[in-house]
Amino acid sequence: MKKQLREESIAMNGDEAIALAAKQCDVDVVAAYPITPQTIIVEKFSEYVANGEVQTEFVCTESEHSAMTACLAAAVTGARTFTASASAGLALMHEMLFVTSGFRAPVVMAVANRALSAPLNIHGDQSDSMAERDSGWIQIYVENAQEAYDSIIQAFKIAEDIGVSLPVIVGLDGFTISHTLENVNIQEDKEVMQFVGQRQLPNVLTHEGKTVPFKLDPDNPMTMGPNALQNYYFEFKRQQEEGMKNALKKIQEVNAEYAELTGRSYGDGLVDNYKVDDAEIAIVVVGSTAGTLKVIVDQLRQEGIKAGVLRLRTFRPFPVEQLRSALKNVKTVAVMDKAMSFGAFGGAVFNEVRNALYDAKEHPTIVNYIFGLGGRDTNPRELRKIYDDLLQINKTGTVENQVRYLGLRE
Amino acid sequence: MSSSKEKEKSWREVSIAGVCSKSSIGFLTGDWKTYYPVRDLEKCTKCLTCVMFCPEGAIKWAPEKGDIWFDMSFCKGCGICANECPTKAIIMKLPQQDEEKSI
Repeated sequence: MKKQLREESIAMNGDEAIALAAKQCDVDVVAAYPITPQTIIVEKFSEYVANGEVQTEFVCTESEHSAMTACLAAAVTGARTFTASASAGLALMHEMLFVTSGFRAPVVMAVANRALSAPLNIHGDQSDSMAERDSGWIQIYVENAQEAYDSIIQAFKIAEDIGVSLPVIVGLDGFTISHTLENVNIQEDKEVMQFVGQRQLPNVLTHEGKTVPFKLDPDNPMTMGPNALQNYYFEFKRQQEEGMKNALKKIQEVNAEYAELTGRSYGDGLVDNYKVDDAEIAIVVVGSTAGTLKVIVDQLRQEGIKAGVLRLRTFRPFPVEQLRSALKNVKTVAVMDKAMSFGAFGGAVFNEVRNALYDAKEHPTIVNYIFGLGGRDTNPRELRKIYDDLLQINKTGTVENQVRYLGLRE
Repeated sequence: MSSSKEKEKSWREVSIAGVCSKSSIGFLTGDWKTYYPVRDLEKCTKCLTCVMFCPEGAIKWAPEKGDIWFDMSFCKGCGICANECPTKAIIMKLPQQDEEKSI
């Protein structure tokens, strides 16, 4: 029994877990540029390459813009492609993120979420990938290193699904997950390969009148990345939206299939519902903070307080129905945002959650907490205070200061 | 990507990612030009330098005639052929200057 445990469980940080998952998915091409807190991922992966443990073509580029360009180019040849970035690196990719999703290239990218300059800060918040929320990438945010490992494997299956054919960002909180050692249960290489399978390609009609796999191939020439002006651009953007809609279903399917293989699942794949069903007060959150909140919910439950936490695992596509259904009986909800949306009415997650609930038959009172910017620690006491605030709102039925800052010196 | 004569396709019908399902051969670019190339047959040595340099592939070698010809429906009038011609046999002209002698 002990021996078996040792085989299956390895102490790794989130970055190492991700590198291992990418290795087990047998990626053909990795093009990347190092940036904290992602660096360990590509460092570890380049070790695999140097040791001959993988057959991957590892491309060291001169910038993140080039890294994403190389990934896109590799992906359209039919290659399984992976990269990782964060913060300023992701921001430098901005242009190519739109090109990659527009090309329907199923690149998988780990983003070790980090603050953006200025002032310079290398620590964890979600400003980087939240700023890319309209770039056409699927976004999955994980709670711990185990989920980071599992989600990379799932991400390839989601991205490469023919109905989806969209790139995926797997977001992990910088340092909190990327650099923290955890016991991670891992699958065997062949199990992972069997689960992910070979990459399938959607068919396209070429200028030669042939229906062929969408792939840069001298035997079946096609024009990729042409002009599409006033008469066609709009149609292609609508197609991308359909890919997002299909992803909603695919993410749930893959989550269930993965549970069969490993016994591990994350809610329905879209939202991770922890004791929300009979809760009177609940917190909606993205990322690792959910782990701490679950402990607090357990404490509150022991005190007889009906509290819950709803972790938004998939942010793009946004799971409107699942969110509505999970929160339908909750009286008061706090939404936590680990990023600013300057000048907006609250953070991005707050905006989307509130928007989703607007048309619901009964919707809760809702309040926003901006927290943890630049890696500011958010301790259990502060998180407990949110639930206390929610109880207070429940009593009075009124919300003053709908957008609040948690852990900020006033 | 489509000519105005055809019915434009819906988003459900077009191939993904903007892959062209129609050849660009019917998309003539010849009317883009202001100047057009005129060849002096006495100076031309048929060295084919212009054929190699034309970025549009609009200067063709016709082996049966042992001569070249300009495909004016694709020539954009960039003048690279005139610039590269070692014997200065090609000059760029406005249409009204020498309409009849165009090759």
